[in-house]
Amino acid sequence: MIEVFSVAKRFGDVRALDGVSFTAADGRITGLLGPNGAGKSTCLRILSTVLRPDRGSARIGGVDVVAEPLRARRLMGVLPHGSGLYPHLTARENIEYYGRLHGLRERALATRVDALLARLNLGAIADRKAKGFSQGERTKVALARALVHEPRHLLLDEPTSGLDVMAARELREWLRSLRDDGCCVLLSSHVMQEVEALVDDLVIIAGGRIAASGTPAELAVRYPERSLEDIFVSAVEAAAR
Amino acid sequence: MSAAWTVCRKELLDNARDRRTLFSAFVFGPLLGPVLFAVLINVMVAQTVSTAESPIEVPIVGSELAPNLVEHLEARGIEVAPDHGLEKFADAADAVQNGRHDAVLLIDPDYAERFSAGETARVTLVYDRSNTRAGSRVQRIRGAVSSYAQQLGTLKLIARGVDPDVLSTVMLDELDVSTAAGRSVVLLGMLTYFLLLATLVGGFYLAIDSTAGERERRSLEPLLTTPVERSSLLLGKMAATTIYMLLALALTLVGFVVTLGYVSLEPLGMSSGFGPGAALAAFAVLVPFAPLGAALMTLVASFTKSYKEAQTYLTLVLLVPTLPLVFATMLNVKPTGALMWIPSLRQHLLVTALVRQDPIPFAYVAQSATATLAAAAVLGFVAMRLYERERVLG
Repeated sequence: MIEVFSVAKRFGDVRALDGVSFTAADGRITGLLGPNGAGKSTCLRILSTVLRPDRGSARIGGVDVVAEPLRARRLMGVLPHGSGLYPHLTARENIEYYGRLHGLRERALATRVDALLARLNLGAIADRKAKGFSQGERTKVALARALVHEPRHLLLDEPTSGLDVMAARELREWLRSLRDDGCCVLLSSHVMQEVEALVDDLVIIAGGRIAASGTPAELAVRYPERSLEDIFVSAVEAAAR
Repeated sequence: MSAAWTVCRKELLDNARDRRTLFSAFVFGPLLGPVLFAVLINVMVAQTVSTAESPIEVPIVGSELAPNLVEHLEARGIEVAPDHGLEKFADAADAVQNGRHDAVLLIDPDYAERFSAGETARVTLVYDRSNTRAGSRVQRIRGAVSSYAQQLGTLKLIARGVDPDVLSTVMLDELDVSTAAGRSVVLLGMLTYFLLLATLVGGFYLAIDSTAGERERRSLEPLLTTPVERSSLLLGKMAATTIYMLLALALTLVGFVVTLGYVSLEPLGMSSGFGPGAALAAFAVLVPFAPLGAALMTLVASFTKSYKEAQTYLTLVLLVPTLPLVFATMLNVKPTGALMWIPSLRQHLLVTALVRQDPIPFAYVAQSATATLAAAAVLGFVAMRLYERERVLG
């Protein structure tokens, strides 16, 4: 479970987050939806302990990310915006590096990496350097890298951006199977349709505040006879006023 | 600690696969010094030897007027250049100015008359002082002419029944006490410069790639989400940089031992004294410099916003350690305890002393190593503090 309590963060004069609270439950995919610059990435960066909040707190699996960042990091896998692979290393080496940093022993690591490569259909490119990978391949390797220590929480920043239809579809199936395993999946997106097809819970964020949240069905009840896109637009416009 | 080792190993492997990094660290850096050095020494040896002994040809205008002088010059290896086509002072000045001749000797038209009359006969030497190559030739001509004049003067005094010794009231004796190895120090002083430079170049790209490069490629952010302290990450990166620097240093020293083995310094009256033993000692003296350089380069590269910017700043960093060396060479500084506190200068002084085969107090070596490592620790600590800030993400 991921819990965020009135988190605020500013960069100079820009108020990136202004009292954001929400929870993402285990065994569900939660979508953080908002226009560009809404604060989605800042929120995920605070959760992944790369940034510290000015106010408020956040917990990953009950561990406070500010007080115990190292413990919190062990409980989550992070897929940042842009894969951030090392071009001179092979797919396997990229994944192994993170496994070692997570403290996996060599034998357990080898088994785990082989399993991930097989499960993500990466066998063919396992020992090729990341330099020549397609965007889809890069995202998959980065996902395998985020999962190397078998985290129960997964944070993904715009995971499908830049992917073609087939790769995006494959990734969605992946995230669903992780959810079915009981993982808590939190992803950000600015693409309405994608979120609609994938998530169980929605958190709409705009201007550093939560504009609306709930399951797509609940939101549809609250805003009757309107498509999710209309809800998104009106929520964002309301926040801008 | 094991996390730092993981990071270090990954950086070593990652950079070993980058051709540019490998080339600059282990080919360009280690070869530049020894090759440049060998060429330089060869040129110097060739020049010194040739101008000191080989006969030279000098255009002498009016040589027929002074056959005895010409004979005296020829006996000292200064021969009359045939067909020089010069007739007057203006021709000679012109020829020297545009570089056709290094020096021209003009015998005055009334040389013979004045000579037989017992008056001072005039000879003019035309040369260009800014032409350094001509310096030793001019010196030789000047010496030969004045020795001729002195010889004749002595003869004249004797003919008049005067003891020639009345002219020499004070006699200056010169005694050069420099050892053969000591004389080569001017040249070998540059050795430390090349060694320090190659050491820095060895870690140059790794320091950039592991900091500014990591950020630019967006691999820093996920790395910071692994359960490893940022200080451990940075420690691993600096360790990898240090290892590359030490490798580059070792290769450069091997290069120097090989090239200095081929280049003969004997004609210059010098012995290089740079065998495998001296190279090993130099390595030991220079080892503490590697972590200092690695910490400095990592720190500077961490401040920069991009790979390009890091390259620009680090190029300046490459110059920093050479500044104390320039002063030391200019002022001919010898090692003292106080100077052992100045980074890079202490390494220079110790290596120079090694090459001179001067005794080196162990206290200096220990002090130098301690001070260098302490400076490395301080810079490393500052770099780690820098990584704790959020702005490190850029």
